[in-house]
Amino acid sequence: MTHKILIADDEPNIVISLEYLLQREGYTVLVARDGQEALDTIVRERPALVLLDVMMPHKSGFEVCQAVRTDEGLHAVKILMLTAKGRETDIAKGLALGANAYMTKPFSTRELVQKVAELLGETPA
Amino acid sequence: MKKTDPRLVGAIAASGLVMALWLVLMSAIVWSTLSLDEQVAVGDVLAQRAALVVVGWLVGLVLVAGVLRVLHRRYIEAPYQLLEETRVVLAATAPQKLKPRGTAEMQDLARAVNELAAQRDQLRGDMAKQVAQASVHMQQEKDRLAALMAELNQSVVVCNRDGRILLYNQRARQQFRALSPLPGLADGTELIGIGRSIYAVFDQQLLAHALERVHQSMVRGVGSPSAQFVTTTQSGQLLRVQVAPVRAGAGDGGAAPGTQATRATQALVSGFVLLLDNVTASVEEEAARDQLLHGLTEGSRASLANIQTAVEMLGYPDLEAVMRERFLGVVRDEVGAMGRRVTDLAQRATQRLKTRWPMEDMLGADLVAAAQRQIAAKCARPVTLDTVDNSLWLKVDSYTLLQALTYLAHRLVDEFEVRFLQLRLQPAGTHAQLDLVWSGQAMSNETVMSWELDSMHFGSERSPLSVRDVIERHGGEMWFERERVRHQAFFRFMLPLASVQGLVNADWGASDSSRPEFYDFDLFQMAEQGNALDDRLLSELTYTVFDTETTGLNPAGGDAIIQIGAARIVNGKLLRHECFEQLVHPGRNIPAASIPIHGITEDMVVGKPRISEVLPAFHAFAQDTVLVAHNAAFDMRFLQLQEEATGIAFHQPVLDTLLLSAVAHPHQDSHRLEAIAERFDVTVLGRHTALGDALVTAEIWLRLIPLLQSQGIYTLRQAREAAQKSYYARLKY
Repeated sequence: MTHKILIADDEPNIVISLEYLLQREGYTVLVARDGQEALDTIVRERPALVLLDVMMPHKSGFEVCQAVRTDEGLHAVKILMLTAKGRETDIAKGLALGANAYMTKPFSTRELVQKVAELLGETPA
Repeated sequence: MKKTDPRLVGAIAASGLVMALWLVLMSAIVWSTLSLDEQVAVGDVLAQRAALVVVGWLVGLVLVAGVLRVLHRRYIEAPYQLLEETRVVLAATAPQKLKPRGTAEMQDLARAVNELAAQRDQLRGDMAKQVAQASVHMQQEKDRLAALMAELNQSVVVCNRDGRILLYNQRARQQFRALSPLPGLADGTELIGIGRSIYAVFDQQLLAHALERVHQSMVRGVGSPSAQFVTTTQSGQLLRVQVAPVRAGAGDGGAAPGTQATRATQALVSGFVLLLDNVTASVEEEAARDQLLHGLTEGSRASLANIQTAVEMLGYPDLEAVMRERFLGVVRDEVGAMGRRVTDLAQRATQRLKTRWPMEDMLGADLVAAAQRQIAAKCARPVTLDTVDNSLWLKVDSYTLLQALTYLAHRLVDEFEVRFLQLRLQPAGTHAQLDLVWSGQAMSNETVMSWELDSMHFGSERSPLSVRDVIERHGGEMWFERERVRHQAFFRFMLPLASVQGLVNADWGASDSSRPEFYDFDLFQMAEQGNALDDRLLSELTYTVFDTETTGLNPAGGDAIIQIGAARIVNGKLLRHECFEQLVHPGRNIPAASIPIHGITEDMVVGKPRISEVLPAFHAFAQDTVLVAHNAAFDMRFLQLQEEATGIAFHQPVLDTLLLSAVAHPHQDSHRLEAIAERFDVTVLGRHTALGDALVTAEIWLRLIPLLQSQGIYTLRQAREAAQKSYYARLKY
């Protein structure tokens, strides 16, 4: 079966690339443009994994992460945080709030694909 | 008005009785010598004239009473007044004399008292001279310290252990003025003042914590222990405060029986010094810089991520043409954005470099004189001075500014053969205008433009700056103007004035005839007493002595306050430099009849704040003090009537010099302010301005305190009770 992945980022310039990349990897890709939309989509679609940007309008990635982790029903959703905030404190905060992994922009797409596969319990293609 | 002596009444009654008895006795003796017929006849005659006898007795009684009254005045009341006046002389600190009057004996007595007083004054003078000589050295040291403090360009506040301010300098006062939420009204004096609590400005816990850290350093034996903290004030300013201990000298450390180290160090500390820095501006600057840096790193990271991802997608060999175009679009877009970001950053960074150039405060006249010398020397042309305002202080980088002036003069001489030049300096709003004037040929705007933008050069010397750069560094402006009528042309430089700080300091130095009372080291010895205010000694309380001028005498009938004046008494000293004086717009007309009394006309209150604005400032000024006023009930009525409208209530204790003068001198005829002032030999200046009257009242109060003490009235409670009982208190106002 193909995993559903949600890309939550307000920058279209990265969404284009990520969407293309992940579709090529054979995932079903959903897109959300802000924090609130991301949360709604997670609840509705229950994706296997979320690529979550920290800086988003309406709700930050941290808030979305926290909301997802307080909902028992969403326990299975994996969260991979992507952010331009490179400070150690931000990474610590993301992981503490329940993110499964954290990647700092800029990143290599190969590593991203690897990390996604790892989180979904697959061997990378 | 005085009460009638009961002894006088008694004496008159007794005389009446004696007269009646004498009449009866004489009648009885005469009666007993008469025969029976004669008794009948006399009885008939007298019975018809009994009324006459009674009237005769009454007339006699009135005569006697009159004589007694005169005698009482002369021999009882007069000595009483003399006694009270003698007591004033007794308590007086300056030589004072009785006025001999009354009977010859009384006059002699007064003279004798005067001689005694003169002897005493002589002795006291000698003693004072010796003490003064002994303490002159100490005073010099204190003065030197105070002078040093006054000159310091940093805010210094010294407090005793309880946080009471003992010393502050002019700079601190200015800083506190900026902190005051009511800068125009109370002028910051409600925050800073001798004897005021520093905790009105700083959180007590914050200071306690800093002091604790200082103590710990002292315990560890650190050489110069101090602590630092940054705090925000009510008005949103950021202050960096450095706290250092004032170590007690061997003399005033007192016995420290505590064996614990901390207690020992606490005994070693008799107060603390605060050095204040307003860091609001530099913190804002730093925040702006942080923001720039932050924008650069995080913004660039996101852009880099977008580019990198897109580029990696472009690496797929099987990419469709449409997708390829989209990824290329992303790369172009992001590269453009990053380019713009870097350019913007570079611009803002250079802007900051320019604005942050260190400027110095310089007297405008000095700058003009320097320019005159330099231009004359470099251009070999006479330079004269036109109008130069000597009071202007500029904030300039004098080196580059002089360069710019000389450079322009140089080109004028070189290219237009200008024969002589003139300089003038005038104020122009928040700036000063400095003109370089010449007469003769005018030039085109293009020429001016190129002079402005060329980098400056003097022969082979080249400066990296242009005239425009120099002007921008000053945040000023420069242009070329023609005065056709006078056949003159000039370059006009608009230059920033120095902040008020410098100006005030300059004024201060010039107008300062007496050293301001910015310190009172005696407060080091004063320890806060746990006692309620009521049980504190009158001599050590802090007072706000105030007076109001009003449109009339009837507050309930619509009369209103038009001026409030107040002064502070701390530690038995009148602080003439910490006064409150404010005209108030009464919100109604000022009756013409009242103007001769207070001298305040309608014109004077135009644009002045209303009582609703002034009262909070006065309330803050008077906080933690005892209010004193002459005929206080009158002024308090006016204040109380505002309570509902302003929500400002004066709950502190109130003392009335009118009532307390009556307590101290029950036998004097008048307790009007002027009469008391005359009795105490207080010079009255500016009577019937609120502040003038408040100062007179304060002087009177300082002289009343020892007189009350001699009557056994030491504490605030005793003074209030005595005032309650005084005769005047029973009258209705």
